[in-house]
Amino acid sequence: MKKLLSITLLFSFLFSIGNALAGTVIIESWRNDDADAWNDKIIPAFNAKHPNIKVVFQTTIPNQYAASVSAKLEGGNAGDLITCIPFDQSLKLFNRGWLASLNGLNGLENYPQVAKDAWSTDDQSDIFCVPMASVSHGFMYNKDIFKELGLSIPKTESEFFSVLEKIKSDGNYTPLAIGTADTWAISTMGFQNIGPNYWQGEKGRKGIISGDEKFTDSHYIELLKSLAKWGDYMATGYQAQTYPDSQNLFTLGDAAIYPTGSWEIFTFSQNADFEFSAFPPYKPDGQSECFVDDHTDIGIGLNAASKNAEESKIFLEWLTSAEFAEIFANEVPGFFPLHTHSINVNDPVAKEFISWKDDCATTIRNSVHIVGRGEPNLESVLWEVVSGVVNGTITAEEAGAKAEASLANWYAPHQ
Amino acid sequence: MRRSVSSHINKIIFKMKKKFPYHILVFLFPACFIYTVFMIFPLFDTIRISLYTQNLMGENMDNSSNIRAFIGFRNYYDLFFNENWSWHFWNALKNNTYFFLLHVSIQTPIGLLIAAFLSSRNLRFKHTYRTLIFLPAMMSIVIVGYLFNLILSNLWGIPQTILGVVGLEHLYQPWLGLKGPALITISLISIWQFVGIPMMLFYAALLNIPDEILDAAKIDGSGPMSTFWLIKFPLILPTVGLMVILTYVGNYNAFDLIFAMKSLYAGPEYSTDLMGTFFYRTFFGFQMQLGNPTMGATVASTTFGIILLGVLVYLFAFQQRITRYQY
Amino acid sequence: MQNIKDKYNHLIMHIVLISYTLICLFPVYLLVNNSFKKRRAIFKEPLSLPTEETFSLVGFTKMFSRVDFTIYFYNSTFVTLITLFLVLLFGAMAAWALSEYKFRGNTMLGLYLAFGIMLPIKLGTVSILQLLSSMNLVNTLTGLVIVYTAQSLPLAIWILTEFMKQVNQELKEAARCDGVNEYQLFFYIILPLMRPPLATVAVFTMVPVWNDLWWPLVLAPSGGKQTVILGMQQYIGQYVTNWNAVFASLSTALVPIIIFYIIFSRQLIRSITSGAVK
Repeated sequence: MKKLLSITLLFSFLFSIGNALAGTVIIESWRNDDADAWNDKIIPAFNAKHPNIKVVFQTTIPNQYAASVSAKLEGGNAGDLITCIPFDQSLKLFNRGWLASLNGLNGLENYPQVAKDAWSTDDQSDIFCVPMASVSHGFMYNKDIFKELGLSIPKTESEFFSVLEKIKSDGNYTPLAIGTADTWAISTMGFQNIGPNYWQGEKGRKGIISGDEKFTDSHYIELLKSLAKWGDYMATGYQAQTYPDSQNLFTLGDAAIYPTGSWEIFTFSQNADFEFSAFPPYKPDGQSECFVDDHTDIGIGLNAASKNAEESKIFLEWLTSAEFAEIFANEVPGFFPLHTHSINVNDPVAKEFISWKDDCATTIRNSVHIVGRGEPNLESVLWEVVSGVVNGTITAEEAGAKAEASLANWYAPHQ
Repeated sequence: MRRSVSSHINKIIFKMKKKFPYHILVFLFPACFIYTVFMIFPLFDTIRISLYTQNLMGENMDNSSNIRAFIGFRNYYDLFFNENWSWHFWNALKNNTYFFLLHVSIQTPIGLLIAAFLSSRNLRFKHTYRTLIFLPAMMSIVIVGYLFNLILSNLWGIPQTILGVVGLEHLYQPWLGLKGPALITISLISIWQFVGIPMMLFYAALLNIPDEILDAAKIDGSGPMSTFWLIKFPLILPTVGLMVILTYVGNYNAFDLIFAMKSLYAGPEYSTDLMGTFFYRTFFGFQMQLGNPTMGATVASTTFGIILLGVLVYLFAFQQRITRYQY
Repeated sequence: MQNIKDKYNHLIMHIVLISYTLICLFPVYLLVNNSFKKRRAIFKEPLSLPTEETFSLVGFTKMFSRVDFTIYFYNSTFVTLITLFLVLLFGAMAAWALSEYKFRGNTMLGLYLAFGIMLPIKLGTVSILQLLSSMNLVNTLTGLVIVYTAQSLPLAIWILTEFMKQVNQELKEAARCDGVNEYQLFFYIILPLMRPPLATVAVFTMVPVWNDLWWPLVLAPSGGKQTVILGMQQYIGQYVTNWNAVFASLSTALVPIIIFYIIFSRQLIRSITSGAVK
């Protein structure tokens, strides 16, 4: 009798543990910047609706994420929900059978096709990640410095450089807080920032994909020449200035303008003790239309081998809701939920970014969809040539030619 | 009676000799097993993998259920001659060689100099100097990398301040961001960190020289300089050779410092790219670039070949030729 | 005359040595000094010592508030100590067999094992990752231990073999005559005699393992299995860098090594200088 009792107890104990473990959904991510937001606000909000499902947000160092998550999926010990890098890095995971197809998931109808494209197969027949957030680009500026020097917001290229000139001649502040040591930064916050205005947004991006446009076209050369002028207005020794250095330079109040991604809103509000706001990327002189980036940046998918698929799907469906979107947009300002619900964003600078979409057409970065598949890939080449142009080590024409040559190497429409 | 006892003993000894020495196997097995399975086998398997090619997007290779297909030495051909790969390969190799030459020409002599000083008789505070100079070698390379990124950054202003003290402020350049100086700067940082190692090895070797020889030299009127070059240096030549080959192997394997200071893009414009970073970037990919395992295996195998070549040159051309002194 | 010449020589030596020592210590001073300052002070006055105004422990509090850091310390310690144990045990066993017993292939085996000193195990990464992946050991501490053991064995065996060859032959004979079997001989008599070389091997094994970046990066980059060196990079997020925490964590990561070094430096130097290098 005692034996039977103890065995029953043992089994029920194990059963309950099994149940508890079965409910734990693990999210893999590289966003260690957001860890607090997820742990303190987002997951508790989910648990208010679904108290029995435990969710854990697990991060890997950002530039190791792609390799690490791929190895974990191959080795069979990855988490249940995988934060998805846009485009090819995630498509590869889907092709290997490691990400589950999410066709038919409730809530996916709330997203525009552009958002879904970043995480669908080329023919759009399968979608494998739920779009989560986009980022935008522009210029942050120190309101105090602008007031002090009597500067107004520049809209065109010549207005931009005359503002920079005024700051430089004043001598107290660095006009542009950016360097070229981190090549991704100058390419993403330089080239992809004002770029859409030069290549006319989606028209230009699709033109590169179809082969109708080339990197040697005149508007690209004009764009690169504009970037080449930035070097004169950056800090001394900008060639060794890294991305964190640039952040410091701006937040310590030593620089006036910071070419930015919208994700900076949160960091800057913590670290800057002055008022700052943002203005949209400048246009070539004489152009009336404007374009801004609404770049699909983060998605979230399901591990095909997940043992908690049911609970994970419930979480994924919750991610498509307006409730999640509102919490996310306000806890992580600068990341914009991708779906069509209208939500309330409190942060003034985030509101400023959102307002640009009313006036300007949106697009995504032009180097990542389909054209990013070569070896070396287009993104890497762009990083290299843009930093070279700003450093003055290559000319704009050489840069355009090199980018074009790297595409022509493997991509049929450009051959 | 005696004969039977001795033949009895002989039989026992015979039996003991015949008994299989299991204990030798027991002692040897764990180490040999782990070493072979996890070190030797992977190295040769890597060479095997380099003979295949793999679809980077994860799709199956034409009409098969494999994602890999055999292509023989094609990867090596691409690595050495195909513009897309060869530029990076020869660049990394050139940088790595330069890196090595800087180490041998700066780190080894400084280590030798300090060791020579420390081995002087009657020098005070020897232990303190030894301990403090060896300290950086104990630090993680990653810590050193982050630290020097900050120190040399244009925003922190340390080099400008120091140069300013002697009025040479205008000499400051953002060395880490310029194509030429970047590699030299990083090499100097690596040299700074590891001077302690040649110092220790040479110090040990110098201590081993018997006092009688040194006394005899002194009596013969030899001053410190000639004693060093004519007597001490030839006697420690084997250690110098050992140090050079250890530096060689270490340098062609270097990765941590570039990774910590410059990330995998080894900027500016790949001027700080070494075989190690090239390998990692190829195999694992980086940011938007997809990883290419088979090409990565090719890079690794080639690096292995380069290191092996150096070791063989050391073993057969150097080690056999120099005179080793026994005392 | 000789005395003055000697003193003059010594003076020059001291000047050179002190200068170089300062060059060695300056960066460490910068690091530790700035761990105790507010962010503004770190960037505006990097060289000065913390004053009452600028002193701050915010970096350390931030670091310890994220529980992760203690986990990383645990991971590093676990991996380092277990590796050390396995390397000392298996290495000593193999070194004993190589140095004591004459058998066919003894020399070849010795060379085979010593070969690993020159070979960088990193080059086999592709296969090691696949191998461990198929054994489900990716992102585990066990995987790290196995690889570090394989990596450290060659040097350990080489050093220990040299020292074991020097053990007094008569001692061994006497023990055997007393009926001691080979295992008892090894564990109870030989090993205790090997304390100095074992300490040397300990230092040469532990330091590279503790400080290693490559294997944690490749084999265990997440899932709470990161080591200290890898983990402290989390303060450098994708876009956000918490400088106070970065400084604090770099300094903290130095502490175990420094303590370890102070304890072992005399032993280490004694062992190196007593002829391990031949």
